[in-house]
Amino acid sequence: MDIGIGHYLSVAACLFTLGILGIFLNRKNVIVILMSIELMLLAVNINLVAFSSFMPREGGLTGDLTGQVFALFVLTVAAAEAAIGLAIVVAYFRNRGSIAVDDINMMKG
Amino acid sequence: MELGIFLFFATVTIIAALMVVIARNPVHSALALMVCLVQVAALFVLLGSPFLAALQIFVYVGAVMVLVLFVIMMLDVREAARVRFLQGALIPGLVTLALLGAQMLLLLISSDRLSFVSTNQAPILKGGGLEQLSKTMFTDYLLPFEVISVILLVALVGAIVLTRSEVK
Repeated sequence: MDIGIGHYLSVAACLFTLGILGIFLNRKNVIVILMSIELMLLAVNINLVAFSSFMPREGGLTGDLTGQVFALFVLTVAAAEAAIGLAIVVAYFRNRGSIAVDDINMMKG
Repeated sequence: MELGIFLFFATVTIIAALMVVIARNPVHSALALMVCLVQVAALFVLLGSPFLAALQIFVYVGAVMVLVLFVIMMLDVREAARVRFLQGALIPGLVTLALLGAQMLLLLISSDRLSFVSTNQAPILKGGGLEQLSKTMFTDYLLPFEVISVILLVALVGAIVLTRSEVK
């Protein structure tokens, strides 16, 4: 039995739902929420690379590199997001002494 | 053989992702996420893009996860690790999870576009396609590439500005 695109998409779907579960469950710790977002972006990357690898092309070949280029862009944006998110977490911890999500209510009216 | 390797990587990926979500200690979560990222890099190699796998390990495991671990160890979050899970969020979380998983599975099984794609075999691009990848990125996608570098610069400057302490 060959590995089809469905196998990779199933793995990506599992990762995505686990990331969403992490956001639902872990409301005590912002860093774990950031890690859950990384999981979801990872699932998107698996999808992009899988589609880029299985895309049919002329001559019976498969493969189109556009998906890999976009996976690179997603990787870059994920790195930038992690840097900015962690900077915000550090600045918040310096001001309030806690990073529990329940305590982050300074903008609440 | 290849299916066995794929199943091994996929299983370890999903178990590690579950560990990220349910581990009580944030350091354990970060280490599990590192395992997950390495396994996904292995999946990228199976998909025929070794360059992206190497980049994944360099950027994620080498830079982002070290940053996350550094922040976890710099902030003292030990008392937050005691009660990580919000009370009463388990039931709606699991219901949403089950709904979403069922929808994705249904789409995966019943979509006819997917069967059009998956009838082809031999997914491996010969030679890694690095030369083609760089040609594609620097000709067709030159403007997004420049935009992404500006985004990285903004993230760099923004992180410095946000974490700078006002001592003057």
